[in-house]
Amino acid sequence: MIDSLLIALQTILTGTHLMYLAGGVFLGLTIGIFPGLGGIAGLSLLLPFLYGMDPVSALAMLIGLIAVIPTSDTFTSVLMGIPGSSSSQATVLDGFPMAKKGHAARALAAAFSASLFGGLFGAVILTLFVLIARPVILAFGSAELFMLTMLGLSMVGVLAGNSLVKGISACGIGLLAGSIGGAPATGEYRMTFGNSYMMDGIPLVVVGLGIFALPEIIDLLRQNRAIAEASKLGSGWLDGLKDLVRHKWLAIRCSVIGCLVGALPGLGGSVVDWISYGHAVQTSKDKSEFGRGDVRGVIAPESSNNAKEGGGLIPTLLFGIPGSGSMAVFLGGMVLIGLEPGPAMVSTDLEITYTIVWSLAMANVIGAGACLFLSKWVAKLTTIPYALMAPFMIMVICFAAFQATRDIGDLVALLGIGLLGVLMKRFGWPRPAFLIGFVLAGGMETYLYQAVQFDGWEFLQKPGVMIIGLLTIVSIYLAIRSGKKSSSDEETENKRPVATNLGPQTLFAGFVCLAFGYGLYDASQQSFLGGVFTGGLCALMLVLSLIVFFKLLTNQVDDPVNFDNEVDAGYVGDQSITSLPHYIYWLVGLIAGCYLVGYLIAIAVFFVAFLLLKARASWSRVAFLTGTGVGFLTGLAHVMVLDFPRGLLQDMVELPWPIG
Amino acid sequence: MFIQQKKKGSLLKAAKGVAAGLACIATMGVMQPAHAVDFKGERVEWIIPFKEGGGSDTWARFYAPLLSSQLPGNPVIVVKNVPGGGSTKGANLFQRRGKPSGLNVLGTSGSTQFPYLLGDKRVKYEYKDWTPVLATPTGGVVYVNSKLGVKSAADIKMLAGKKMKYGSQGATSLDLIPLLAFEMLELDIKAVFGMKGRGAGRLAFERGEVNIDYQTTAAFLKKVTPLVEEGKAIPLFTWGVMAKNGELQRDPTFPDLPHFAEVYEMIHGKKPSGSAFDAWKSFYIAGFAAQKGIYLPKGTPDEVVEAWRAAAQKVVESDEFNNKSEKVLGTYPQAVGEDAERLVRNAIEIEPSAKRWVTNWLAKKYNVSL
Repeated sequence: MIDSLLIALQTILTGTHLMYLAGGVFLGLTIGIFPGLGGIAGLSLLLPFLYGMDPVSALAMLIGLIAVIPTSDTFTSVLMGIPGSSSSQATVLDGFPMAKKGHAARALAAAFSASLFGGLFGAVILTLFVLIARPVILAFGSAELFMLTMLGLSMVGVLAGNSLVKGISACGIGLLAGSIGGAPATGEYRMTFGNSYMMDGIPLVVVGLGIFALPEIIDLLRQNRAIAEASKLGSGWLDGLKDLVRHKWLAIRCSVIGCLVGALPGLGGSVVDWISYGHAVQTSKDKSEFGRGDVRGVIAPESSNNAKEGGGLIPTLLFGIPGSGSMAVFLGGMVLIGLEPGPAMVSTDLEITYTIVWSLAMANVIGAGACLFLSKWVAKLTTIPYALMAPFMIMVICFAAFQATRDIGDLVALLGIGLLGVLMKRFGWPRPAFLIGFVLAGGMETYLYQAVQFDGWEFLQKPGVMIIGLLTIVSIYLAIRSGKKSSSDEETENKRPVATNLGPQTLFAGFVCLAFGYGLYDASQQSFLGGVFTGGLCALMLVLSLIVFFKLLTNQVDDPVNFDNEVDAGYVGDQSITSLPHYIYWLVGLIAGCYLVGYLIAIAVFFVAFLLLKARASWSRVAFLTGTGVGFLTGLAHVMVLDFPRGLLQDMVELPWPIG
Repeated sequence: MFIQQKKKGSLLKAAKGVAAGLACIATMGVMQPAHAVDFKGERVEWIIPFKEGGGSDTWARFYAPLLSSQLPGNPVIVVKNVPGGGSTKGANLFQRRGKPSGLNVLGTSGSTQFPYLLGDKRVKYEYKDWTPVLATPTGGVVYVNSKLGVKSAADIKMLAGKKMKYGSQGATSLDLIPLLAFEMLELDIKAVFGMKGRGAGRLAFERGEVNIDYQTTAAFLKKVTPLVEEGKAIPLFTWGVMAKNGELQRDPTFPDLPHFAEVYEMIHGKKPSGSAFDAWKSFYIAGFAAQKGIYLPKGTPDEVVEAWRAAAQKVVESDEFNNKSEKVLGTYPQAVGEDAERLVRNAIEIEPSAKRWVTNWLAKKYNVSL
């Protein structure tokens, strides 16, 4: 093992290897900073050139690209609240509030140094873990993976916010939304309304963008200010480094979590950052700042998501089973280069495995280092007046959402989820809980069904299942205990204003009840195996959401279920705040425009109208900004061979590219 | 940034140019098709209706640079992934918008042909409209856990009445072939669905969660052979390969393993026949014998088709191809031009009685309504 490690390190530290690695890293950063494109688009760009390169250099370039996917995403997550991929969704929760307080540079520095640290520490863990990984992965069967989804779900307890029943209901909405499409056991289509877009389920990236990014954009637009409250940025990037040093143990724990959970095929990738975020909340004494800009909420997911990429290598290399989209492309690249994954990767080819693992770590150092260096300047973006930024952000979000499946349905789904996000934000239904439910729905149902098929209900007696079950119970216990504590804390706090008109909230809660009711009806139309999961879920959630509904209906103003952000944030009666539906109409207009005349024309019109009416920019400025935005997008689409959403106009008349 | 750039607006122009050029040549009566077509400076878009990184994507990315170097004018070939709807979305897009200029091609797989054969309502494409350029066959091997007690295919009768489990992606996926085969062999096998690919099925086998599985040839050679050597897995039979006369033959990669029709005879004492076997054979051809194919859209002029076929022929004869193809494509001979056409014709046709049989069986056994 030591021999292999030395050979590997020797390869990595040669000039050409480092050069190709750095080449991959910078290509990855350039593309990855654009949300929704990330590494997969970058890899498809790179793959034609891998062919004919010598395997070692090609591999170096490939790894360079993969390594920085979860790194470059962080820019938009922290600065704009736009999660580019599933690995940066948890970062948004605290990173973006920090940026809003003027601590963008600090948040970015903490995030990148945590990424760097996680990547390096993850490589150390992997070096040892890879030797015993095979039996460990084989020990995690469907039953154990199901229990792991339960552990992930228990994180809802700490992310539920003020009202547990509301938190669980929010998670239930996520689970229900995640069950749309083909049932794992029978392939029957559920809740699709005969719509072919919904048959494949709603893509995670679209959900992440809709639920987090759109509501924040609308909120900032209504307040009509820059992202950062202060005109001068409050703290520098050195503070971010100090934060990491202060919370080093958290970073270590989270990178271990990232590495190990990331190594489990079929589940790892998408839940890791939520598990580590939840872990950070659980293990912190003072939880009051989480969600409002606590740097620990940035360090935890960021130190785990780079370690996770390393962990994801394990099933890819050992079994040829990619744990994520980017690993799938990596696997394809390996095959093209002529490298074959399999058991030999830990015996005769161990030095290749070590070369890959440590190249990944090296790439993290280069990538995160470069980002760290840049963060001081990039953070200044947050001081730009928001009305000027907004059209660019909306353009980026729509484009990113469209990359999910390249269907006009992506944009409609984005709008739908965005509306849900706006309402959940307003009425205090925790959006992280919703997202956890959404992420886990598919795995939970599939593994539960498979576990019962393989072992019967006796699967609950397997030792691995019982260990994870115990962890889940501890996690729930901690959540309940801390929940009690914080609620008693709050009584001593200053009373925040509470809403007295519960009408709008009640209406939304009623809508949630209806959704569960429909889910129950839909389940009853399916065969037993196709409907039992959603049916059971909806029955339980219907009860919980009816409790919320009932409390609101009977005007229980002092109950924690009562929350209306309009009152809480002091928007009611404030003349400077634009009304909530106003910007929703703008978005609806844009999406309708895409449907009619295609994306490019619609977004150009949107730019012009928005900049003239909202930013009150001069005509020359409008022309310049619109030209820049649209021109950039067109160039990008050409290089990456991407199409834009087409509208009715394009279906009727043949138009030249790019508008056709 | 790396790809040679050229205005895409010229795509249409080029199509018109090519068409005009061809018309010109036709009137002059000069018949030199391979020279008449020139893709110099153009960009070919190759639609792959699957995600980046999957088997079909890797297959296309392997072929793309090779074809580019053999096509007249060496156009850049870019692979464009349009996944969704179990690969029906990309194929529908190609049917609707593919231009007969030789600059739009489609790569399909068994997963594109199955919904077509089964009459899935999402299918808006018609294979008969397209012209095949090349078809890539593959094979498959069925293997069982050695704990079941069988030592080889000769013991297959011992499996009768034993309860077995099989990890599947879905009854209408490529797994239709093994599921149909198990049915015809009258084995008591419970299919557990929801597997995310054949790799997941193999992992479940290694964990001992399932005890019968199949893998395509390439995956079997690299990932199951070690298990066979350790004594954990016993290979039973292959799907076989199609001879030119349409009969099933032993797979040359595994000359010692019987093919499906042989084991059928071992169990039932007679050669397979009837609607069930007709159905199996149709899906076997669509899923294995002609698994992946390159197609040109409806109305592509003969000259363009010839240019593509000539390029494909040169590719499969080149040294570079022969050095590298085994690792990516396996050991089966690629079918080009007329051969591809013959294979594909078999792959997209199914006897109405066989189709009825399969639809009923899927509905009855797996509750699948099409």
